[in-house]
Amino acid sequence: MKMLINVPETVVTDALRGMAAAHPELTVDVENRVVVRRDAPVADKVGLVSGGGSGHEPLHGGFVGPGMLDAACPGEVFTSPVPDQMARAAAAVDSGRGVLFVVKNYTGDVLNFDMAAELAEDEGVQVARVLVDDDVAVVDSTYTAGRRGTGATLFVEKLAGAAAEAGAPLERVEAVARQVVESSRSFGVALSACTTPARGVPTFDLPPGELELGIGIHGEPGRERRGMMTSGEIADTVVDAVLDDLRPDLPVLALVNGMGGTPLLELYGFAAEVHRVLGERRVAVAGTLVGSYVTSLDMAGCSVTLCQADEELLRLWEAPVRTPALRWGI
Amino acid sequence: MTVALDADFFRRWMSAVSAAVDREADQLTELDSAIGDADHGANMRRGLTAAVASLEEEAPSSPGAVLALAGRRLISTVGGASGPLYGTLLRRTGKALGAEDSVDPGRLREALRAGVEAVAQLGSAARGDKTMLDALYPAVEALGDSGDDFGAARRAAEEGAAATVPMRARRGRASYLGERSVGHQDPGATSSALLFAALADTAGTVATGESA
Repeated sequence: MKMLINVPETVVTDALRGMAAAHPELTVDVENRVVVRRDAPVADKVGLVSGGGSGHEPLHGGFVGPGMLDAACPGEVFTSPVPDQMARAAAAVDSGRGVLFVVKNYTGDVLNFDMAAELAEDEGVQVARVLVDDDVAVVDSTYTAGRRGTGATLFVEKLAGAAAEAGAPLERVEAVARQVVESSRSFGVALSACTTPARGVPTFDLPPGELELGIGIHGEPGRERRGMMTSGEIADTVVDAVLDDLRPDLPVLALVNGMGGTPLLELYGFAAEVHRVLGERRVAVAGTLVGSYVTSLDMAGCSVTLCQADEELLRLWEAPVRTPALRWGI
Repeated sequence: MTVALDADFFRRWMSAVSAAVDREADQLTELDSAIGDADHGANMRRGLTAAVASLEEEAPSSPGAVLALAGRRLISTVGGASGPLYGTLLRRTGKALGAEDSVDPGRLREALRAGVEAVAQLGSAARGDKTMLDALYPAVEALGDSGDDFGAARRAAEEGAAATVPMRARRGRASYLGERSVGHQDPGATSSALLFAALADTAGTVATGESA
């Protein structure tokens, strides 16, 4: 597979050098792999730090800036970052009011962020942690590692980020993040597998006439394979899978997310179908974001995340944000 | 005759693990692409290369210090679940070995037991979950009372790794697949078997008087 890279070993550092060049409003430590908003630590503000494997861009580095994350720590492709990165980020963004780690629920991310929290606490930084686990394709039981963290991460980072920007204390920022996690569910579909730079061939084999339901964001195969469907049929399947787990009695925020290899033209068509299904199911939509935000390299496909939002969450959603990938109101 | 294992032995063991992982990296990645995310070989190779470089640079003088340093380097370079898990295995084993200049194999077996328990605790996993523990537990048991049956430990680890094929994964990324994880060998158990193969190889060069 042809890729726009130099060598597989440097894809992450090459991308960080590019971020540094394109975004002078960020401090990009290429060697230690930490992206920090340039004005950090912001006085009297709780710090928000996230991170995870690379390959999901713009998550997380593209969400660093006023109104969202204070710092992001990219790992190797699909590999969680190491504890030193998050400890360094925590030290860089702590104003003395504490730091919230936003962690997607994967075994590696959880272990590395836990070790980082210990390191940061040894340095006198107060750390709280919220686990994002919104993917309903994984059965949450003692027989699995629990539901995966996917699209809801964007809502957590935006809404908790807005709360922190408004001056809320750590307990409040953490509570907002937890509320968003509890109020959000996602489900994803792949039309093609993704190809990691290191391997150069697709991570699983998906024949032309088939799609994969319940995929994660790391090229891991999904739960079930079916014959190809129309956008409308996919919307029925995906939205119903989410609503099977989340029965909203409030309006929802909807993320209609591309996996990286699906054009915006197709995504907007899909967003129309998602709205149709939500209307048929009597679910009110308070806001919709369409685009490729939580991706899986070049995978074609989509995911839908719904977040049930009360008035405060809606207010936090509308609050100004200025990051490379998400910006409004400023 | 019981062999005393010194810091040099542990350094050579770590170098042998690094070489074995380097040799088998593609196979580990291939196994990982079936039920994981296709990076186990590359990640372990990166971490072990860094660990071996640190051991050469800092030349720790006790077996415990060798494993503790190697473990710390894995934690700070590998990422993913493998970094903390393998790092903890080596750090806790190293800690249990203490600061002596050399240890006998019985002491190593007890230290490994502590290290494997720490891995089980950190990963909230047990035997039969289709993880590295399915190779580690049988290998440590097979070391025997005197702790020096390295050949048996190697075989037990390889058999333990092979025995993960029919298992359904209950921990880590493979657990997302449910029934679809059945029929594939666990990459973590496979790399754990390499750890014990390297131990047997290193012990073999000691027993026959070869130099590495």
